[in-house]
Amino acid sequence: MSDAPILSGLVPGVATTATGPAERAPTDWRTQSMQRRIRKRYAAERRFRWLGLGAVVLSAGFLAVLLVTMVYNGASGFLQTQIALPVDFAHSGLLLTPADLRGPGADLALSTANIEGLTDSSAKAAFGTDGDRWVSDGGWLRVRQALKRDPALLGARATIWVPAADAIDVAAKRQGDPASEAIVAKLKARQAISTGFNLPFLTASDSNDPTRAGIWGAFKGSLFTMLVTLLIAFPVGVLSALYLEEYAPRNRWTDLIEVSINNLAAVPSIIFGLLGLAVFLGTFGLPRSASIVGGLTLALMTMPVIVISGRNAIKGVPPSIRDAALGVGASPIQVVFHHVLPLALPGILTGTIIGMARALGETAPLLMIGMRAFIASPPARLTDPATVLPVQIFLWSDQIDRGFVEKTSAAIIVLLVFLLAMNGFAIYLRNKFETRW
Amino acid sequence: MNDHTVKAFDADIGQLRGLIAQMGGMAEHAIAGAMEALRRHDLEGAQLIIAGDKKLDALELEVEQLAVRIIALRAPLADDLREVVAALKIAGVIERIGDYAKNIAKRVPSIDSHGEIEPLSVLPAMSALAVRMVHDALDAFAARDADAAVEVCQRDREVDDFYNSLFRVLVTHMMENPRTIGQVTQLLFIAKNLERVGDHATNIAEMIYYAATGTHMVERDRGTLLSLTE
Amino acid sequence: MSIPNQHKISAQHVNVWYGAKKAIDDVSLDFGSDHVTSLIGPSGCGKSTFLRTLNRMNDTIPAAKVEGDITLDGEDIYAPEMDVVQLRARVGMVFQKPNPFPKSIFENVAYGPRIHGLAGNKTQLGEIVERSLRRAGLWDEVKDRLTDSGTALSGGQQQRLCIARAIAVDPEVILMDEPCSALDPIATAKIEELIHELKGRYAIVIVTHNMQQAARVSQRTAFFHLGTLIEYGATSDIFTNPRQERTKDYITGRYG
Repeated sequence: MSDAPILSGLVPGVATTATGPAERAPTDWRTQSMQRRIRKRYAAERRFRWLGLGAVVLSAGFLAVLLVTMVYNGASGFLQTQIALPVDFAHSGLLLTPADLRGPGADLALSTANIEGLTDSSAKAAFGTDGDRWVSDGGWLRVRQALKRDPALLGARATIWVPAADAIDVAAKRQGDPASEAIVAKLKARQAISTGFNLPFLTASDSNDPTRAGIWGAFKGSLFTMLVTLLIAFPVGVLSALYLEEYAPRNRWTDLIEVSINNLAAVPSIIFGLLGLAVFLGTFGLPRSASIVGGLTLALMTMPVIVISGRNAIKGVPPSIRDAALGVGASPIQVVFHHVLPLALPGILTGTIIGMARALGETAPLLMIGMRAFIASPPARLTDPATVLPVQIFLWSDQIDRGFVEKTSAAIIVLLVFLLAMNGFAIYLRNKFETRW
Repeated sequence: MNDHTVKAFDADIGQLRGLIAQMGGMAEHAIAGAMEALRRHDLEGAQLIIAGDKKLDALELEVEQLAVRIIALRAPLADDLREVVAALKIAGVIERIGDYAKNIAKRVPSIDSHGEIEPLSVLPAMSALAVRMVHDALDAFAARDADAAVEVCQRDREVDDFYNSLFRVLVTHMMENPRTIGQVTQLLFIAKNLERVGDHATNIAEMIYYAATGTHMVERDRGTLLSLTE
Repeated sequence: MSIPNQHKISAQHVNVWYGAKKAIDDVSLDFGSDHVTSLIGPSGCGKSTFLRTLNRMNDTIPAAKVEGDITLDGEDIYAPEMDVVQLRARVGMVFQKPNPFPKSIFENVAYGPRIHGLAGNKTQLGEIVERSLRRAGLWDEVKDRLTDSGTALSGGQQQRLCIARAIAVDPEVILMDEPCSALDPIATAKIEELIHELKGRYAIVIVTHNMQQAARVSQRTAFFHLGTLIEYGATSDIFTNPRQERTKDYITGRYG
């Protein structure tokens, strides 16, 4: 018995003959049900397009809100309010002569002179009994600078622009407390107040006084840390990727390694911090808070990302290129370094920069190894105590002083610009090395 | 023999074989018909044979076109290639056999069968033998049967022997009856034609042998033919 | 099934396994240095695998295992002391898909001589490149743009570039794995003409699916089926009068 009758019984509408199912009637595409199907298909297509567009608009919107908020809050962080302070050096009682300030002992002479007192008294003289509180605590430094630049001032009266105190700074740039607003109004009337670019923000380090706080220390710390991370993670990551792709035999061990690396990339960063704490500080006894330790810890975190992206990039090199090179008698190492690596480099670099960008924004593991200390001077060596931009942002965001609010946002802007620059560099590198075949 | 994956190829080869078979049948009929016309001195029948040769020519052309088309479109190889080439050549040979039939038919008017030419009675037997050879050769072609082809070749000897004995008889007859020299010479030509038909049947068999086996038949002893110049 | 000749490469009782699957079963073939040999057969019959055993390209496949004796000028190429790099310089290979390096035309051809140190200086290297490109029939087409990328050439030119790259290291044998399967008929004809011109200078072994091509370019043909060598002989015999039924069925299109 053939199973044709069974089939015809099971499937309604399928008439069968001894030679198989009968010929079908030609499809009529114009029936109503067909038209409905087609309309439904188009509708689904449209819905999907709108959904996708909606998702893009939503994420772009979030990004825009973030950027606008940051720029709005942070822009004033780059500005500084200054007050014109008249100083009467001639009657200051400073025990200095212009000659003292010309020789090599100038700094010593300046540091022994009571310039801080002079500044306070000048402020009191100019603005009244609480005038010294109008001027920033670091205002006298400006006076000292002015003296150093021009010792001839010693015998004269001069007007020196000094940074305003935090409260007045805030009041001048935006809404402050009523008392400060009144002072600002008074100063404005005397034309003794102005707002300009805050260069010290980019050149100074952390400080308790928001008017003096800068990000250079944290920026340099970030640079050092990233340098260490790159120098460790890139070669190790690329070599691991090359070995695993090109040389390692496929067996249970390499499978295990592959799984481990993939898991490592997903381990929460705080764990790497604990690891760094235990290994680099505990076992190797490296200095706390140092950028080298931070770099090593972040390298551990970045390496799996580089290995994974590197392996994918190497896998993406067409096997025909390997065949071609082997075919003319290139040795495996020549194949790798003459052909595979150059072709995979754009992909590897992209992965590296993504990993580095993630490391640059990382805070948690660095807290574990003590990079949250108050560091008032930029690090000079890799072993110097240092902090990094995201940790600096974290620290500032904890401060009560109102002046730190805008500093925090300003630091975030600097961090974002740093990230953008890195990504831009990545794109540049990719385009430079990209080869089409 | 498996079928070709491309079914149209099989169809083309089939058509080619059909045409060859048709040509062969027509050639056999033409020879037999010409001899019949000769025996009965049937001038009209002879005329029909002469006219019929045109059809054979047309068929040969058709075979040629089909073979060229198969070579161009199907790119035959190995036994397919040999078969197509053999068919091409066989068509030419059959056309030649048709020409001999026409030639015999053309001689019918000049031979008076009422004249007492006694050897005339031997010719039909010789013709039957030659026609048989052509027939068997074409059967061998249809069956791709190399053994049958070899067998056809061996029979060529008999036709040759027929011719040799007929030659002697006719020459003797001419010497005895100088009056009939004209007519007997015509008969001699007809005998020669039949002998050539046998040779061509042999050629066909050789081609079939090559088509079927891919090797050429071992050159056989063709024997010696007597001629007037000896 | 060997043909008496001066054998450049001789393969005796070759077996190849991919893991547990036997890809080549007891194949013995000899290749003379003065003619072109084509390997034909249906897909998966092992002809490419066999070709790749001749310059040990199968080494790159971890699961592949080769057994049997393959000798180049009497030297066992699977002997431990045989240097694979040198072997592949002596037995060049051209692949199915044109695979020029994504570098300049000059660099493509110069790569082999450079890594083997065949040229003493820049001038010599330039001469090698020109000679190879001339021999590959590509010189006139590319002499004004040697610095252009090799991948910018047309498919046929790319394949000739690959041939030039292979002959730049002066191989003794050239293996071609379906070199024309990705090319149009004109480019194919140019490659075939090139093979004709290279014949005699190199022993050439070509794998092809195109039987007309095998018939056109080779003097010897080997027919593979399911990993075994079915028939090996003069090309003209194989294509007019194959001895084996399976060969005949394959070349006349009755396969399967």
